[in-house]
Amino acid sequence: MIRMGVVGLGKMGLSHLSMVGAHPDVSVDAVVDSTGYILDVLGRYTGMRTFGDYQEMLDGVELDAVLIATPTRFHAPMVRSALERGLHVFCEKPLCLTAAESRELAEMASERGLVTQVGYHNRFVGAFKEVRRLLDLGAIGKVSHVLVEAYGPVVLRPKGSTWRSKRTEGGGALYDYAAHPIDLAAWYAGVPYGVGGTVLGGVFSTDTEDEVFSTLFFDQGTSAQVSVNWSDESYRKMTTQVTITGTGGRIHADRQEVQVYLRSTAPEVDGYEPGWNVKYTTELTDPVWFYLRGEEYSAQLDHFVRRIGDPALPDVNSFASAAVTDRVLEMLTIDAAAGPTTLDAAAVAPLPVPQHRRSLLRRRA
Amino acid sequence: MTLESQVAVAGGTGRLDRFLFGDNQFFGVNHMSEEKARAQSMRFQRVDAVMDVLDDAYAAGVRSFMCTTHDRIAEIVDRVRSDPQHYEGFTFLPCMPYAHKYADAVTESGMLGALRRFLPEEGMLNAMVRGGRSVATKDVEGLITLLVDAEMAMFRGVPTPVVWLQNVVVDLLLGLGFTDAFAIFARHVRTRYGAEPGFITMNLPMLLGVLEQAGIENPLVCSNINKIGFRMSGGIEAYQEALDARPFRAVAMSVFASGAIPPREALEWIFAQPHIESVVFGASSRAHIRQTVELVRELG
Repeated sequence: MIRMGVVGLGKMGLSHLSMVGAHPDVSVDAVVDSTGYILDVLGRYTGMRTFGDYQEMLDGVELDAVLIATPTRFHAPMVRSALERGLHVFCEKPLCLTAAESRELAEMASERGLVTQVGYHNRFVGAFKEVRRLLDLGAIGKVSHVLVEAYGPVVLRPKGSTWRSKRTEGGGALYDYAAHPIDLAAWYAGVPYGVGGTVLGGVFSTDTEDEVFSTLFFDQGTSAQVSVNWSDESYRKMTTQVTITGTGGRIHADRQEVQVYLRSTAPEVDGYEPGWNVKYTTELTDPVWFYLRGEEYSAQLDHFVRRIGDPALPDVNSFASAAVTDRVLEMLTIDAAAGPTTLDAAAVAPLPVPQHRRSLLRRRA
Repeated sequence: MTLESQVAVAGGTGRLDRFLFGDNQFFGVNHMSEEKARAQSMRFQRVDAVMDVLDDAYAAGVRSFMCTTHDRIAEIVDRVRSDPQHYEGFTFLPCMPYAHKYADAVTESGMLGALRRFLPEEGMLNAMVRGGRSVATKDVEGLITLLVDAEMAMFRGVPTPVVWLQNVVVDLLLGLGFTDAFAIFARHVRTRYGAEPGFITMNLPMLLGVLEQAGIENPLVCSNINKIGFRMSGGIEAYQEALDARPFRAVAMSVFASGAIPPREALEWIFAQPHIESVVFGASSRAHIRQTVELVRELG
């Protein structure tokens, strides 16, 4: 039985709490939140042991692992405290607000032999896993381009009142939304050496961005484009999709299905034929012990729990992997601030979002 | 922990119709394909298009519409309410809450902000959150019943023999161990609306035990039940054991597993299982509705 503490009872934290609460190998021994009434209700109706203070909980309860789902700016200090005490850590995405902190925490966990995982749940979606499998098999030959997209109706008016509308706390479409497709791009194409043409645009928000567009550059001539907008009401909910083009064909995938076009020159892949192939979520998804909001959310927590019992299992979304994604997020921020290349001196005008400045004829150092 | 005052045994509804008509197709929900989902959103953008399909369903014998509490359902209720003769015997089985509405509001305004937006009156919530005092049982019970009432407002004047709690809430509460909430919901739905409470879940075997603890006897439970075990958490065998041995009223949804099983094969398997009271299906064409209704009549 893994003794776990759950920290942060917002939208993600509550659903994580419910899923680990139902896991046969987990005992939730403590929950932490800064909001009294949530603790009150949980304590009264579920009998869970509740704490208003994280350190007090760490001091008072013997645990094997913590699950951290607080606003992003609290991740680094909370994760560090947990690792110092020898606890395994599952942390919501993104891991930290700076790539340096993420790397440091990844090293710290690795030195201590602790299991870590970050909540990039798309890597547990059957369709996205199938894409990774097809790439491993070389099904579409040499990959030249990856397009990752995410759209949804999160910010549809000028005023937001939570941490998600503040860049300094890890809010904004880049850290809160684009992190997911960017993590997929890194999973499929590796670590980008550079980025360019980044736009962090405001649609409704004033303190942060609602749109993210950028190009990522990888070794061997592969490129990726990121297109993200969380102020798009035409989508019923967050929709993430990838399109990958290679010498042997093309793959398009979202959470529901994988559409693959294979040229006759492509290597043979079991269950696929030249031309169009469509695989649906019903055949790509493994069952889970408990379903709350998509198999991937359950599957990622189950993987974390099983890795604690068997560290030889492959690491998926470890801190080291999340640190790569955090590094890309940081590059995008720097690139957007640098602004576009231009020959028109008169074009030096502020971008719609105040914190970005254009510069003349200057790209990355 | 269960409530001292146990929920009264159901006296409400008799047997449900053999087939219940679902509404996913009207709101761009398709578990197979985003493209199909969007095509459906376009097709059903106008309420007239939805009413045409509902009229086809009515003509085919459908009398039970199992619908979400999406804002657009209010327009459909208005149409039905304004023409009672045309829709004689037509009933709504609301499934609440429409979760995306809340989830997006939580992202934008936080938990409390979202609650404030959906509650008809703020007084109680404010008292609960400010004050610094402990939250009392009556506060939580009051909050749950107010949220139910807010969702039920659009159904005034039309029959609602069953009020369902959506799976995202049922399963959240199930995982949290918040057993009393089920009893509070059930009692409120029975006393205030004279309706039978229903529970939608993706974790049927686990939920049945908890509903029993909550004192809800012979509960009406809707879950995925299909030949390939798609989204049947706990495993298809556990579902079959539950159907065989546990006292509950089973409503099967996703019987075609989003189109992965041919209709006849899917329904033959369904009706070979014991104790399935009803099947929920959604369809957009007259031919498809007729075909499904006829198959249910033939096999069930």
